[in-house]
Amino acid sequence: MPRTLQGNTGEWELVIGMEVHAQVSSNAKLFSGAATAFGAEPNTQVSLVDAAMPGMLPVINGYCVEQAVRTGLGLKAQINLRSVFDRKNYFYPDLPQGYQISQFTQPVVGKGEVAIEVDGEERRIGITRLHLEQDAGKSVHDMAPDATFVDLNRSGVALMEIVSEPDIRSPEEAGAYLTKLRAILRYLGTCDGNMEEGSMRADVNVSVRRPGEGYGTRCEIKNVNSIRFVQQAIMYEAQRQIDLIESGGKVVQETRLFDANKGETRSMRSKEEAHDYRYFPDPDLLPLELDAAWVEKIKAGLPELPDEKAKRFQDALGLTADIAGQLVAEREIADYFEQVAKSRDAKIAANWVTGELFRYLNDKGLAIGKSPVSASALGGLIDLIADGTVSNRLAKDVFDEMAASGKDAATVVDEKGLRQISDTGAIEAAVDQAIAQGAKQVEQYRGGNEKILGWFVGQVMKATGGKANPATVNEILRKKLSG
Amino acid sequence: MTADRALTALTIAEARDGLKARKFSALELAEAHIARMAEMRGLNAFITETPDAARKAAAAADARLAKGEGRELEGVPLGIKDLFCTDGVMTTAASKILDGFTPPYESTVSQKLWDAGAVMLGKTNLDEFAMGSSNTTSHFGPVHNPWQRKGDNRPLVPGGSSGGSAAAVAAGLCPGATATDTGGSIRQPAAFCGVAGLKPTYGRCSRWGIVAFASSLDQAGPIARTVRDTAIMLTHMSGFDAKDSTSVDRPVPDFEAACAKPVKGLRVGIPAEYRMDGMNPRIEQLWQQGIDWLKDAGMQPVEISLPHTKYALPVYYILAPAEASSNLARYDGVRYGLRAEGKDLREMYEETRGQGFGAEVRRRILIGTYVLSAGYYDAYYLKAQKVRSLIARDFAQAFEKCDVILTPTAPGAAFAIGEKQDDPIAMYLNDVFTVPASLAGLPGISVPAGLDGDGLPLGLQLIGRAFDEETVIASAQAIEDRAAFKLTTLGDA
Repeated sequence: MPRTLQGNTGEWELVIGMEVHAQVSSNAKLFSGAATAFGAEPNTQVSLVDAAMPGMLPVINGYCVEQAVRTGLGLKAQINLRSVFDRKNYFYPDLPQGYQISQFTQPVVGKGEVAIEVDGEERRIGITRLHLEQDAGKSVHDMAPDATFVDLNRSGVALMEIVSEPDIRSPEEAGAYLTKLRAILRYLGTCDGNMEEGSMRADVNVSVRRPGEGYGTRCEIKNVNSIRFVQQAIMYEAQRQIDLIESGGKVVQETRLFDANKGETRSMRSKEEAHDYRYFPDPDLLPLELDAAWVEKIKAGLPELPDEKAKRFQDALGLTADIAGQLVAEREIADYFEQVAKSRDAKIAANWVTGELFRYLNDKGLAIGKSPVSASALGGLIDLIADGTVSNRLAKDVFDEMAASGKDAATVVDEKGLRQISDTGAIEAAVDQAIAQGAKQVEQYRGGNEKILGWFVGQVMKATGGKANPATVNEILRKKLSG
Repeated sequence: MTADRALTALTIAEARDGLKARKFSALELAEAHIARMAEMRGLNAFITETPDAARKAAAAADARLAKGEGRELEGVPLGIKDLFCTDGVMTTAASKILDGFTPPYESTVSQKLWDAGAVMLGKTNLDEFAMGSSNTTSHFGPVHNPWQRKGDNRPLVPGGSSGGSAAAVAAGLCPGATATDTGGSIRQPAAFCGVAGLKPTYGRCSRWGIVAFASSLDQAGPIARTVRDTAIMLTHMSGFDAKDSTSVDRPVPDFEAACAKPVKGLRVGIPAEYRMDGMNPRIEQLWQQGIDWLKDAGMQPVEISLPHTKYALPVYYILAPAEASSNLARYDGVRYGLRAEGKDLREMYEETRGQGFGAEVRRRILIGTYVLSAGYYDAYYLKAQKVRSLIARDFAQAFEKCDVILTPTAPGAAFAIGEKQDDPIAMYLNDVFTVPASLAGLPGISVPAGLDGDGLPLGLQLIGRAFDEETVIASAQAIEDRAAFKLTTLGDA
């Protein structure tokens, strides 16, 4: 995969950095006790603090801090034992305080990294920082022609802003980065990664340059809410910048919006119009001081993360990197697989999960959590294959029937009569019949055309409804044809 | 009905003890003060009077007292600075932008006082958003100092920002009132009105429910007629509050007991830098008198140096406006308070804030916005923060040599309403002696010490180590005992 774009005047390299806003999975807001459930009636989850009533004060939610630290540890990042909350000042109706409490110069998490793989090549994307901040409320402009409505339910919800280095070089890498980051967040349980509900959003910084040269002027595309849109936005924006430069223009540093309907980015405000946020330490909050032992305790309690899990699947279970990668993409998949593979052949289990199961789930558009075939049911099917009850070929039919009916493998095999025939008498009869019908083929076989054996196997399978044990069929055929 | 001056002249300690002994009822006490408030309405000390609620609370207090279930302040009537949010009672911060705003919650400090049995008489006037040293910036009009110059009936300012509280206490409208101090807003008006005002250590009282001016400096405290009364009130205003991250979790001593704490042998620091050129000779004389009184009490004066004192005022007038510019951003016309119409959002903001804030508040918002702006932040805000640390270090080093510091409270006595109005710098100089302790977060008290040539009260300030209000109170008590200051003829003139 080339990581450059061809323009009219030569090659261009993309330089991409991302700021991901991930909503902390927490029942309460960052500085108030109000609830955070998605989809509640407008303005029903607003405390006096969230509405910025006079004299109200923020109090840090320790659970949100713990989630941020967990995330930082999951990103193999430095945890800053002392960090500071700052006020970012600007006026907007959905920002009740007139400032957002964020972390500016001293974030809770420092440098880390995320490993991604695109087309078999591994790359490491640097994490600059992770900080905690409040979300704003929501302005609703389309409820009345001459008024804006404000919903403060989101006001004060805890966000982690995860800032990457400008290490990303293609839309594919951007997609891989977001996918991996989301997987890590979900493994940790610190953010549900649900981009549709807005609990994960990305600001994307894009610039282009001639390979090997210094950074070009970047544009920031705000609030993109799906991985596909991120990739589209990058492609559009990179091409726009290349066209602009190649036609003698200059990229202007600005904030842009991505219009998903038109698939294009549009200018929102230029650098000159950019807010002066007048950051300063929030005097209502003391610096956040963490205890090193507390951080260590969180570290010790971290779950196995996707990269480590993939490595174990390869080293201990002998899976290929590709299969291991597919299995660890989501924690639920990995858990499902491990349950299937428990005391069974791991490679067979992996083939079933990444093969038939994924095919079925993709067809139906289902997440693994909604799979009608449970991990133990799939394990049951694999057991029936292993002990010869059902053939590999018919096992796929059994699987489809299990998915459709929700029944277990043994029941399906019995009800549909799909039990493999290993009885040599029955198979012999079918073989005899095939030989009797295929005088010409017998001649060819005996003339040295071994491939014609497949024709006989097909005949026998047809006669037995596919249930004959293929190994037994082969054995009897060879014996009889040679006789 | 004329007020029963015998009842309205009672100190908090006397009222408390009299109520306990059933010498008079809480209702009688409340009625006397309600009548006095009506009589003295010309002072404009209250923005909102709550006589009905006061009567009701007093009756409930009497019921408790009758059952012998009286709490420590049962039936004691108090004024509450209109910066403290009071549940169901209009809270304005003396600003047009909050005119008519009624919070559905009670500030922690006022709640603590009600929990101790105190009775609210009303909400006292102040400088708008506590920004001022004269109580002339209130949307509800200036407060008059009950004191007047001999042979001159021009109304004088009560000081500020807690001018309503100080004037009300001085004139017998209430025996005590809550106040807040950001750069001197308790101590300076107390000095101007001849009463005692105690600013505790930053973090001693919860700021929850107090309309914020400058969060890193704001601190609640009492104004009352005696040191003992401020101590009594402070005991019932202090304490850790989980709702205020800057409140400090440490035990609250019985501050009243500190009035009797021996001071013999304690060292009192006299900062050389507070002797300023052109200082009023009467104030200099009174300061020396204070030293002599403390010597008489067995304390030992020591010269100390607070070398960064001269930077305190500029530092304060960078940091306090910076925080204020952000704290006051929430008054935007969107959710509560004044909203002025505009053709678009921006105009609505401009009109609301332009009409809602008075000139002094607007000035400070502009200063604060300026010093936080890109390109100026390092030169102003950051530099000021560094100097603030140096000022705090000055005090820390001084307290290695002494136990408490004695200074004048303000460079002069109360001035006439309208004076210094056109010169913000001259106005800001009122806080020159009170601001350094505020920046260092230290406890300070102003205790009435004497009169100037015009017969106006002057105060002396005692500053203590962080969380050592007890030494401050004990030393102030020593001065009060010797000054024999009398609140005579107040407001009756």
